Amino acid sequence: MLLIPCPWCGLRDEVEFKYGGEAHNNRPLVPDVHDDTAWAAYLFMKKNPKGLHLERWVHAAGCRRWFNVARDTVSNRIDGSYKIGEKPPAIAAETEESA
Amino acid sequence: MTRYSVFSLVRNGLKGHRAWPRAWRRAEPRRSYQVIVIGGGGHGLATAYYLAKEHGITDVAVVEKSAIGLGNTGRNTTIIRSNYLWDESAALYEKSLKLFEGLTEDLNFNQMLSQRGVINLAHTLHDLRDLERRVNAIRLNGIDSEILSVEQVKAMVPILNTSPNARYPVLGASLQRRGGVSRHDAAAWGLARAASARGVDIIENCEVTAILRDGDHVTGVETTRGPIKAPKVAIAAAAHTSHLASMAGLRLPIETHPLQALVSEPLKPLIDCVVMSNQVHVYLSQSDKGELVIGAGIDPYVSYASRGSLPVIEDQMQALVHLYPVVSRLRMLRQWAGNVDVCPDASPIISLTPVRGLYINGGWGTGGWKATPGSGWVFAHTIAQDRPHPLNEPFSLERFTTGALIDEHGAAAVAH
Repeated sequence: MLLIPCPWCGLRDEVEFKYGGEAHNNRPLVPDVHDDTAWAAYLFMKKNPKGLHLERWVHAAGCRRWFNVARDTVSNRIDGSYKIGEKPPAIAAETEESA
Repeated sequence: MTRYSVFSLVRNGLKGHRAWPRAWRRAEPRRSYQVIVIGGGGHGLATAYYLAKEHGITDVAVVEKSAIGLGNTGRNTTIIRSNYLWDESAALYEKSLKLFEGLTEDLNFNQMLSQRGVINLAHTLHDLRDLERRVNAIRLNGIDSEILSVEQVKAMVPILNTSPNARYPVLGASLQRRGGVSRHDAAAWGLARAASARGVDIIENCEVTAILRDGDHVTGVETTRGPIKAPKVAIAAAAHTSHLASMAGLRLPIETHPLQALVSEPLKPLIDCVVMSNQVHVYLSQSDKGELVIGAGIDPYVSYASRGSLPVIEDQMQALVHLYPVVSRLRMLRQWAGNVDVCPDASPIISLTPVRGLYINGGWGTGGWKATPGSGWVFAHTIAQDRPHPLNEPFSLERFTTGALIDEHGAAAVAH
């Protein structure tokens, strides 16, 4: 069972949230210049890392706001959360670069 | 290889069962092979076995990071079936079911195959129409399947709550009589023994740490027991497929999730078929020891933790008790999770890759067990001929670029 830190509501039980998949995978701003390979990369290809994962969650049974979580996929340890549009926490960014 | 028979059983029984030879050779890694298969689960072992048997390629190493069959091969709920909607999947899973039907004789290893029938329940009108469509599609592909009325379901599964006032009313069901269960350990051990007897090296406790390349061509692997050279490397590593592919610079449309299952305390015979429910996502069968084997769904988030979360189990137990009130006071003895590699269209990838000599067999998600021999059979062909067999051609990595997805969420989502 995860305890997820919502940036607005604080630590809450996993069942209050819905998972929204890998974060920072932005839809191409100019869609018609993309070829099929680039679309496939955006739509389907996943990092699926063993270790740090930056992912979106929504507090569905709470404030209903989307935010990002930095979680380790092997231990399920949550390193922190941050609002949409913010940069990942420094610890997360460092770990990701070295990974 | 000592042939297993009633005579060998009696002979060894008289010696107190202390003189059985090892089922497969304990192999040390050689410097090079013709083919390296990464992953000593059912799929990897079947691949090695059919490479040797069907294609005469015996210079093969199966490298496994722990012991064989300890991953998802030993964690599924042993259900086999081929009741898939689309032609591509029906052909592939039916090939596998046919291989299962002859596997005991082929491997000289009792698979304890029990074709006791697999039932899928419909709880809503939409469910029922969906099942009818699926049954018709399956029959057009020449595979056995039929629709059952509520009375027919009740006759086969007396413990099922078919009251119209039930929380999950049963409106009908589909049945594949050739579906059932087959012992998963027997597949791993039988395939390992038969592959080893044909010359395949099964190397346990040997983890791949890098995939070696020369330009766009694979040249071998680096392992915890030293480098091994090979012009062909085949990945059959389930949850670890993305991780291994990333060693060769590839990104795949796969995410890894925990999938849970449970067994209850043993009971007298209570249910003699497999029953699953797509709507409430719970499935049930009874093992030879009498335990109820109950499958659950995947956790929604990516995880390699090999343990699922309690809310998933709570949902499944709630549905189970509504459907089968008789089990309400039953205690669960064990719960476990396996990490499954899920593709966006719930269909596998059995494919060549942009790296020459590197082959991928993964993305089986929640439904890989039932495909074990078929998966190995087509993958062996793909590796030996360096091109896919017609059965696995649609399951290429390119389908995510061309858009020719094989959407099997309806058939694949439940029963593993």
